[in-house]
Amino acid sequence: MSRAALLVLADGRFPAGGHAHSGGAEAAVRAGRIHDAASLEAFCRGRLHTAGLVAAGLAAAAALGLDSVELDAAADARTPSPALRAAARRLGRQLLRAARATWPAPELEALAAAFPRGAHQPVVLGVTARAAGLQPLDAAHVAAYESVGGPATATVRLLGLDPFEASGVLARLAPVLDAVAEEAAAAALAARRDGPTALPAASSPLLDISAEAHASWPVRLFAS
Amino acid sequence: MHLDHAVTYPHRHTHSAAPRRADGSRRALRIGLGGPVGSGKTATVAALCRALRAEYSMAVVTNDIYTREDAEFLLREAVLPPERIAAVETGACPHTAIRDDISANLEAVEELEDAFREQAPLDLVLVESGGDNLTATFSRGLVDAQIFVIDVAGGDDIPRKGGPGVTTADLLVVNKTDLAPYVGSDLDRMARDAAEQRAGLPVVFQSLREEDGVHTVARWVRERIAAWVAA
Repeated sequence: MSRAALLVLADGRFPAGGHAHSGGAEAAVRAGRIHDAASLEAFCRGRLHTAGLVAAGLAAAAALGLDSVELDAAADARTPSPALRAAARRLGRQLLRAARATWPAPELEALAAAFPRGAHQPVVLGVTARAAGLQPLDAAHVAAYESVGGPATATVRLLGLDPFEASGVLARLAPVLDAVAEEAAAAALAARRDGPTALPAASSPLLDISAEAHASWPVRLFAS
Repeated sequence: MHLDHAVTYPHRHTHSAAPRRADGSRRALRIGLGGPVGSGKTATVAALCRALRAEYSMAVVTNDIYTREDAEFLLREAVLPPERIAAVETGACPHTAIRDDISANLEAVEELEDAFREQAPLDLVLVESGGDNLTATFSRGLVDAQIFVIDVAGGDDIPRKGGPGVTTADLLVVNKTDLAPYVGSDLDRMARDAAEQRAGLPVVFQSLREEDGVHTVARWVRERIAAWVAA
């Protein structure tokens, strides 16, 4: 594997559209659930164990080479909110564009042909990791990190939170993030044997509900 | 488990920026309009739509900072049918969406192109940035040419201050010249400073309060389209 390729893919400046999404942080800030570094950390911890774990499992399975159509259906089944499904497919399309230009590979072309309207972002992430020569565990790390990195950056913009405090939150979450990625990668191996039902299916109803509400706001800074 | 590619797979660009699409057809010319908040980007886009919509099949992408205000202004003014206007959300970073990570804007442009491919393929897509600062310019991966819009009320020292928008845009528009006497802006000085900063690139002074105030910019756009089609 190339450790540098992992850095390129995980870099927040990788041009795949993530900067316009808050991962639910904008709705949580409005509701008062995120108001300082401690509440941001609690939010991120919850998201990491739910949406983060699910995304990491899908990404690891895709990086392992499992069937992307089945994985995309599994992602749909794990994403009850229509707003979040739409956001995931849009981000998947945006990531696929960046990935095809960055790591040209037949499997990325095949994915684009199979999903003209976009596949779920974690599935695209896994196939991208594979094309970049990365391992399933690497893909899981990127997905898990994105699940908390997005809200942390968004909160800096939304609350004017001290950016050093936000990076401190991410650093404190690192050990649990490693554990989530390991769990996701193990689940991906199980899914190769038992099918996508073996992948994590943790849910966070409040994230789903607030995503639906957020999508209807007339004035907002982030797309989701 | 991963594949190591023994043979290098052909490199492509952004899968959109190439002037011809996969089927060989020439895609629409993409022109970006950037500039500070309140300088008259949306008003210029509206005026261009009115001036050019009878000649060309055109569409607009707006990058509102936190609302759909600009898109809704264009809809309310009915400068184009609603299906020809798309809004992109920028996550509080308008310059990121037009320069560092153009993926959402490319999506919006391509969706508009796809929607009209059958009936009347687009000739022109205007991409309006969210109001930003003097350093915000468009990526060459997103637009083929860019217009930077400033106004006389923002201070007549802006051309002298320069910055990437003022110095490198393909066209610099100094808007609201009708306000110059009221805000004490020296148009001659702005013209001299702009000429000095721009090394021969064109500058247009306009007031959209005048009858057909956008005609010079509209002519520039027509010339760009003619050159694009002929290339």
